[in-house]
Amino acid sequence: MALVEVKNVRKTYRREAEELTVLDGLSLEIAEGDFVALMGPSGSGKTTLLNLIGGVDQPSSGDVVVGGTRLTGLRGKQLARWRARNIGYIFQLYNLIPVLTALQNVELPLLLVKMSGKERRERARHALDIVGLEDRLKHFPRQLSGGQEQRVAIARAVVSDPTVLLADEPTGDLDRKAGADILTLLDRLNKEFKKTIVMVTHDPTAAERAHRRLHLDKGVLSNGPS
Amino acid sequence: MSLLSLVLVNLGRNKRRTILTALSVLVALFLFCALRGVLDTLEASIRVGSEARLVTRNAISLIFPLPLSYQERLLTVPGVRSVSYANWFGGRDPVDQSNFYAQFAVAENYLPIYASDIEIVAFDRPQVAGAVPPGVDPKLAAFMNERDACVVGERLFNRMKWKLGQTVPVSGTIFPGTWTFTVRAVYHAKNPAMNEEAMFFHWKYLSEKGMGGQGQVGWYVLELSDPGQAGAVTRAVDALYANSAAATHTETERAFQAGFVSMYGNVPFLIGVIGLAVVFAILLVAANTMMMATRERTAEFGVMKTLGFDDGTIFRLVLVEAAVITFGGGALGALLAKLVIEGSDFNAMGLLPPMTVRWATVLVGVAIAVVIGAASGLVPAWQASQRRIVDALRRVE
Ligand SMILES: Nc1ncnc2c1ncn2[C@@H]1O[C@H](COP(=O)(O)OP(=O)(O)O)[C@@H](O)[C@H]1O
Ligand SMILES: [Mg+2]
Repeated sequence: MALVEVKNVRKTYRREAEELTVLDGLSLEIAEGDFVALMGPSGSGKTTLLNLIGGVDQPSSGDVVVGGTRLTGLRGKQLARWRARNIGYIFQLYNLIPVLTALQNVELPLLLVKMSGKERRERARHALDIVGLEDRLKHFPRQLSGGQEQRVAIARAVVSDPTVLLADEPTGDLDRKAGADILTLLDRLNKEFKKTIVMVTHDPTAAERAHRRLHLDKGVLSNGPS
Repeated sequence: MSLLSLVLVNLGRNKRRTILTALSVLVALFLFCALRGVLDTLEASIRVGSEARLVTRNAISLIFPLPLSYQERLLTVPGVRSVSYANWFGGRDPVDQSNFYAQFAVAENYLPIYASDIEIVAFDRPQVAGAVPPGVDPKLAAFMNERDACVVGERLFNRMKWKLGQTVPVSGTIFPGTWTFTVRAVYHAKNPAMNEEAMFFHWKYLSEKGMGGQGQVGWYVLELSDPGQAGAVTRAVDALYANSAAATHTETERAFQAGFVSMYGNVPFLIGVIGLAVVFAILLVAANTMMMATRERTAEFGVMKTLGFDDGTIFRLVLVEAAVITFGGGALGALLAKLVIEGSDFNAMGLLPPMTVRWATVLVGVAIAVVIGAASGLVPAWQASQRRIVDALRRVE
């Protein structure tokens, strides 16, 4: 059985009187340990699909099952807890909390878990170690480069050891070199730490790093060429 | 890091805004507690009045006197044990017109009524040994035996730097002329609500020198044999003089004292309203701060929810953040009110007991501050917790 199963999902947004259908009967399976690149023009619904897999939003109809859990059956608090345990989310613009240090940013998801302050710090430090920022613990986001910020964000995403990493254009705001480092890091997380990764990207060279490329256009998914 | 330190870090985001808000809460709670203290003090000032004593005055107004002849008839009313009387003298310090203190001309048996409220702490010995009337403190012997002697409150005595045996001049206003009184004893108010800046002298002296021996009485004080009969005695006394030239109005001593306080008009009511208005104004200030503080963090709340923070946790974080600001400001303001008001020494020229801000008031103040905080955070906390993640995150893009 696949780790991620998206079954005949429909997603519409209401905007004033208008109803906008973003995904219309989309189905998708992702195996455990896979590294999938999701491509497609802007506005095609890539972020929307990522949000549905991550339990950040609910489909208008259809089912999303991740690791055997039917997300469409979960409500508010349960879904939040499920996200905390199972999903690591990486944003294009890093979305770190500006008033927290790198270490504190990484500790943030651990506040939801019962553990001592010391253990929390140890774990966060270890995560920053993995992304190569062990010497930037006390730095605030504004004191870091874009590439470093994104690595802190990745540390935050993996610190609670989730099964799935969802990355929404993680290199979209970075220069080529920094972007390449992030891709290498994701690659390592996939191979070494067995994380299942779904990454949205516009960059064909970035997509090359994935095992599988999917194209989304006007709500329709294809294993398109390019 | 803990959830609480997260709250504190957030408070530090816009230090100026946090401090200004805390300061306005501080000022508001200072005002609230100070006003509350004034109200309590006003209320305490009538506590000296007993429910077991009645005061009979002219029905028209306190400024109209009653004939001395009423005394004997009052004594015949069933339930009345003894009758005493006093006059308001209303004199001024001839040297310093602005230096006001109360003077009362009192009957021989007047001070003994208040024996449990006052204590004679300094007194002259009489030049000629003489017995004091029954019930009168023997320490007042010198006072009792001298026509123009007076007893003064300790506070007044110390403030004026008087000495025992000293002659004190007073210019009369209601009873014109320059009057002199010799200080023969000093009393300490055991009951803090008792005026300790007053002077008591012999009613007889006032009658002879000021009223040509035609004694007129400001008010009568009736001691009852049974306090339970206060109502019946009140009706009996007022019925007695209902059709006479000087009709009477009788009430409990406490009600009489309350009447004095209400000479300040609707001050207590006004003070109460001001206190509430201040608290309400500050609620709006705090709410505005929290609204701004959360709106600019909309995307961050979206991120935190994506990480797994549930709506309830976000709601509580905002609420606690608001309460911490107002708690800090409020606690400081309330404590400051206690320190400043109690240190002020203000007692309305002896008409009021010393100002106090009770600990209960300080606690209520702090509680109000916390409630203001929570209330000011309610709407922003609700908005932050209910906004859907996808909508919150799209605000940055
Ligand atoms: N929260 C939302 N409310 C209303 N419309 C939305 C919302 N999120 C996305 N959309 C719309 O849905 C479509 C797909 O958006 P999105 O999934 O962000 O596309 P992509 O990530 O592929 O650029 C767009 O037209 C976008 O305007
Ligand atoms: Mg997108």
